[in-house]
Amino acid sequence: MLQLARWRVILVAVVTVFGILFALPNFLPERVRDSLPAFMPRQTVNLGLDLRGGSQLLLEIDVATLQRQQLDNVADLMATALRDATPQIRYTGRAVVGDAARIRLVDPTQMEAARRALRSVAASPTGGNDIYTFTESADGLVEARITPVHLRELSRQAAQQSIEVIRRRIDPTGTAEVSIARQGDQRVVVQAPGVTDPQQLKDRIGQTALMTFHMVREVDPGDAAAGRLPPGTMLVQPSPDSDNAPEIVERRPRFTGERLVRANPSTDPQTNEFVLSFQLDSEGSRIFCRITRENTGNRFAILLDNQVLTAPRINEPICGGSGQISGNFSAQTANDLAVMLRAGALPAPLTVIDERTVDASLGRDAIQSGGLASGVAALITFVFMILAYGLFGVFACVALIINLTLILAGMSVVGAALTLPGIAGLILTIAMAVDANVLIYERMREEAATGRSPALSIDAGFSRAMITIVDANLTTILAAMILFQFGAGPVRGFAWTLSIGVITSVFTAVMVTQILIAWWFRIARPKQMPI
Amino acid sequence: MWPLIRLLPKKTNLTYVKFAGFAAFLSIALCAASIVSIFTGGLRENPIEVYQQAEGTPLQRIGAIMEHGFNLGIDFRGGTSLLIESPQPIDQVALEGLGRRAQDGGIEVQGATCRPTNAPPYCAILNFETAPDQAETVEEIRAGLSSVAPGARIANVDSVSAKVSEELFSGGLMALGLAMLLMMAYIWFRFEWQFGVGAMLGLLHDVILTLGVFSFFRIEFTLTIIAALLTIIGYGINDTVVVFDRLRENLRKYKKMPLGELIDLSLNETLSRTIITGATAVFALIGLLFLGGESLSGFAIAMLFGIICGTYSSLYVAAPVILLWGVKRGTGKTDEAQGAPQTAG
Repeated sequence: MLQLARWRVILVAVVTVFGILFALPNFLPERVRDSLPAFMPRQTVNLGLDLRGGSQLLLEIDVATLQRQQLDNVADLMATALRDATPQIRYTGRAVVGDAARIRLVDPTQMEAARRALRSVAASPTGGNDIYTFTESADGLVEARITPVHLRELSRQAAQQSIEVIRRRIDPTGTAEVSIARQGDQRVVVQAPGVTDPQQLKDRIGQTALMTFHMVREVDPGDAAAGRLPPGTMLVQPSPDSDNAPEIVERRPRFTGERLVRANPSTDPQTNEFVLSFQLDSEGSRIFCRITRENTGNRFAILLDNQVLTAPRINEPICGGSGQISGNFSAQTANDLAVMLRAGALPAPLTVIDERTVDASLGRDAIQSGGLASGVAALITFVFMILAYGLFGVFACVALIINLTLILAGMSVVGAALTLPGIAGLILTIAMAVDANVLIYERMREEAATGRSPALSIDAGFSRAMITIVDANLTTILAAMILFQFGAGPVRGFAWTLSIGVITSVFTAVMVTQILIAWWFRIARPKQMPI
Repeated sequence: MWPLIRLLPKKTNLTYVKFAGFAAFLSIALCAASIVSIFTGGLRENPIEVYQQAEGTPLQRIGAIMEHGFNLGIDFRGGTSLLIESPQPIDQVALEGLGRRAQDGGIEVQGATCRPTNAPPYCAILNFETAPDQAETVEEIRAGLSSVAPGARIANVDSVSAKVSEELFSGGLMALGLAMLLMMAYIWFRFEWQFGVGAMLGLLHDVILTLGVFSFFRIEFTLTIIAALLTIIGYGINDTVVVFDRLRENLRKYKKMPLGELIDLSLNETLSRTIITGATAVFALIGLLFLGGESLSGFAIAMLFGIICGTYSSLYVAAPVILLWGVKRGTGKTDEAQGAPQTAG
């Protein structure tokens, strides 16, 4: 083994050079980093919130609401399926009770036909298992329940959609370093470095801006005042800023703000008022074209969070899919509204279940003390190893320095967050990294003690210690993997440093030390082991 | 005499196995004491009372006893914790009054060790039992803070709901259990089942003792401590594997040597490695303990204690267990390989 294979030397050299290259940006001031040529890496270690200060919110999807919304939907689907069946199946009592959507057949003997008609509702659109289960009773009552699997899927989808919505709400320009990620089936983690007032975050996440388009029903004002509304309509109040009157509108919106692809503030060239111009997607344009054609001369209302923004009269069919909303806006309110509309609505309400804020100066202190502790730990280890093993100790220290460089490079490349426990993991890695060296050296000493020549001892030391090193480090990797599974935030950072550290330390302790010792052996030709 | 390693004798003849009985007694006694401490909140509470007051299934009630056993941090207890820093001394009674005005019940004020560097010199921790989304409460505290101590500010807010804290607690315990089982499976796979059992008992021993120390001295038990415990498991198994590896090698090498002697020999052969690695880790962690700041001191204590435990247990728990059960010895060629170099595969 003292005959070094060339590929080993090349591998170590290449890895070390790349390690230095990728670790380097961490030591450069930002100005220098920005002026680096494009081919140079410039990622630095991503500091966790506990080290840089900021806020973290853990949000949970309100699954109960999500379920109710979906059941509403199912009730509609069931009604449509029964209506569209041939012959038509008559039903009454469409409702959502508890965890089930209910519908009652007028004629219970039609149950068989109803079952056939409802088949298409239950089937999953993507194939696979049914997403709803039906229970029937003899008096014609049909109940649909969402399967637990599908409910989880729905909640996962809702969490995924929420991420996008939240991002547009709190970071509309996409410039802030906000990280938003799904956690499990129903949770979203929002991390905002530098934000020390989470209330601001929560306010912006909580803002709802659901825009809906409804047809206005012209009703005798007396009836409306007496609360006698036509079925399927509702009374809506005007938004506080506008001078609209309350309106009676159809309860069911013709379409919602989800159909908006663009919403911008602009000014009306004729009145010089601030208006909101919008563009609908193709489906929205088609619907808008149809309703404006069928209802020319009538009025429609645009509601924002169930308040009338504007209720203009349709003068002619609008088929281009674009339009303007006027609503006594100022430049600011028109702009805010545009931002909110573009962001869309959250698919389900979110509640904050975990909230952490770290002051930036607290983070700076943590880095300082953590850095100091790591430095001292490294120094102690260096001194200890050199005292214990002399020249071989120096080799171990060189390996350790390369190891630390590689860890830094690895963290920068992976983009894993370095947290306070992560720094502790780093310190532990420093101590554990020398373990491989100690194992090798002790083995060499033993072999030398049996009277073997230095060359043979060194060889045997490496090859025999290798099995132990692999066994010992694989177990640490196993522990780190469990930390990943279980870990939240800071602990996950610890798992990252630990696992990157274990891999790099085995590499450096074995490969780097081996090369150094082989070179030394060639030059010194020792007659006896120096340890 | 440099390098110093030459001071370590190349051959030691310590007889570990002779003391195995005493060590077993000591280990069992300490483990029992730790368990008692965990179940009595460090001898401060009556577990039967806690059990009777807790709600839910018997299993949940036992869980409640264990929760009482530790000084659980906000991660596992749930609630809201505010760190307040001030250039003026903080009147804790006034602060508590402020807290009480902001919210009824479940308020606790703790003095805290302030950060050593460039920070206001006075600080305190205000804990609320309820969480999270206590935005208004926090705002009220923020607004009223200047009346308690002019110039004071809230440096840190942690708010964890009961649901999340329960999940973190049970998740943490699960992670610990899972880690131990995985380690045992790995050892079983690489060695023999007796080794797996020995390693597992060694790990249990380390974890129980460390938990006992945390319970008895009421050191705050946080998420980071779970990470520390898992690392202790990692270190302990690392240590045990080194000993087992040598034991396995010697089992092949000396087929006729009595098992007790063989264990002694293996432990002696790995002694210098045990000392050097252990010492490096301990020195590095002492650095962390004194320089790493308050938030890492719990971690450093757990690790220090765990590493000492882990080293002891690979010598006196894991290895003697093998002696207890015996191990299947190879029946092939006897002692032929003795002293001869053996290429390891």
